[in-house]
Amino acid sequence: MTTRPVADWASDFDVLDPAYVERPFSIWADLRERCPIAHTDRRAPTWMPTRYEDVTAMAHDVKHFSSQRIAVIPLQVNEGNETGQVGEDGPSLEYGLPPISADPPLHTWTRRLLLPWFSHRKVAEYTPFTRELCQRLLDGLAGSDEADAAADYAQQIPVRVIAHILGVPLEMADTFTGWVREVLEFADDIERREHGILSIVEFLSSEMQGRREHPGEDLLSVLLQTEVDGAVLDDAVVLGMAVLLLIAGIDTTWSAIGSSIWHLATHPDDRDRLVQEPELMTLAVEELLRAYSPVTMARMVTEDLEYKGCPMHFEDKVLMNFPAANRDPEFFEDPDTVHLDRENNRHVAFGSGIHRCAGSNLARMELRVALEEWLARIPSFSLVEGTTVKWAGGQVRGPRTLRVRLR
Amino acid sequence: MRIRVDPDKCQGHARCVGIAPELFEVDDYGLSSVTVDPVPEGLEAKARLAVANCPEYAVEVIEE
Ligand code: HEM
Ligand code: SF4
Repeated sequence: MTTRPVADWASDFDVLDPAYVERPFSIWADLRERCPIAHTDRRAPTWMPTRYEDVTAMAHDVKHFSSQRIAVIPLQVNEGNETGQVGEDGPSLEYGLPPISADPPLHTWTRRLLLPWFSHRKVAEYTPFTRELCQRLLDGLAGSDEADAAADYAQQIPVRVIAHILGVPLEMADTFTGWVREVLEFADDIERREHGILSIVEFLSSEMQGRREHPGEDLLSVLLQTEVDGAVLDDAVVLGMAVLLLIAGIDTTWSAIGSSIWHLATHPDDRDRLVQEPELMTLAVEELLRAYSPVTMARMVTEDLEYKGCPMHFEDKVLMNFPAANRDPEFFEDPDTVHLDRENNRHVAFGSGIHRCAGSNLARMELRVALEEWLARIPSFSLVEGTTVKWAGGQVRGPRTLRVRLR
Repeated sequence: MRIRVDPDKCQGHARCVGIAPELFEVDDYGLSSVTVDPVPEGLEAKARLAVANCPEYAVEVIEE
């Protein structure tokens, strides 16, 4: 999809502009200096804060910045072409995709239903599965001189972990990945996006049907039997939550793994240091998440208001630019350099406030295990010379093609 | 040295327990609490690191 060139990032930004997708860092640095809350009228009236202070303040102000509309790129539903099943922000489900697209009170209780499945303790149970999965993928690369670290490795991991937790067939991993990419990455292409959304809804609806007849121990089965205030959950709530889990955990984590491998492939000093000092991993994982935060979210302004001189109107979008916040020099020393042992690191790659990523423990574990296993097997790797790395961007940023030399 | 977690601020990022499992515990819903008080000798640096990494400013040093 081609986009009109951007002449002025302060007043006419475009997060799908190829320059922004590939390297947004200097664009943010420029905006923080001269216009820390940028604006555009492309697709929809949208504001974009780039400072840590503003992004976190708005994320905490859920009264004025609602999660009812969280898509960074609104879906342009053409008149006369409406199916009624897909709205501007995703599938038209009665309850949306709780908790991510909900405000309190719906947010509060739906989030509480999910949290125990992704708690610090519970995630430890998924670790052996993840480790074996990474080892099996690396077995598949043994003997090769080159591989695509994004497609052959990073992309293969999170989808199988979440399928395992939801209790849906692992063999469908590639199909899920395709659908999720249609939803998140081909944001400007209405047909692909609709196709992805409707396929996920249809698939999960039929999985739910099967579980009602033969319940198991998986997350979907348990949700279907859960009672809140004496009544079983409405099917539409369960469906919304299941769709969210499939969408939220795949592109995001895969992007974080891919970006981290890209960094190590292009920074041999950091790569060698991590191999030699594995005890650095806890801090290093957080630093890589900070520097290459994959996820930008959106909010909807709930009433006309002024924020630091910006006249925001009811229904305007505001981008929760967590990736830009994480490179704010007011907040992080030398923000554009990765320091694997960075000690002051209150990064917000997983958001800030009540919507803090419910899957953050899982994502962090997957990133850590994926890097540990990769480095144990492939300690000395680099980009294949002359190839271009292909990045996806918009709501989720990460490498999609990443050819690396394995020895 | 004494530290505490402010339950109204904590959002369950679990950075504290990742850095210092000897000092914190996070429950099933993401709420963190301090498990040993005062901070045992030798763990002060880790406690300070937890303070400096909580994105919600929920981990605090209790000033005597
Ligand atoms: C590195 C990988 C990931 C990143 C960077 C990430 C990032 C985020 C961010 C920034 C939010 C906040 C949304 C907002 O403020 O509107 C969020 C929410 C969420 N994420 Fe993640 N995520 C990742 C992986 C996962 C995984 C693996 C899962 C689980 C399966 C997951 C499930 C969720 C859910 C359920 C929410 C909604 C929480 C709420 O609204 O209360 N995420 N994620
Ligand atoms: S790091 Fe902060 S917000 Fe996260 S669990 Fe610990 S105290 Fe709570």
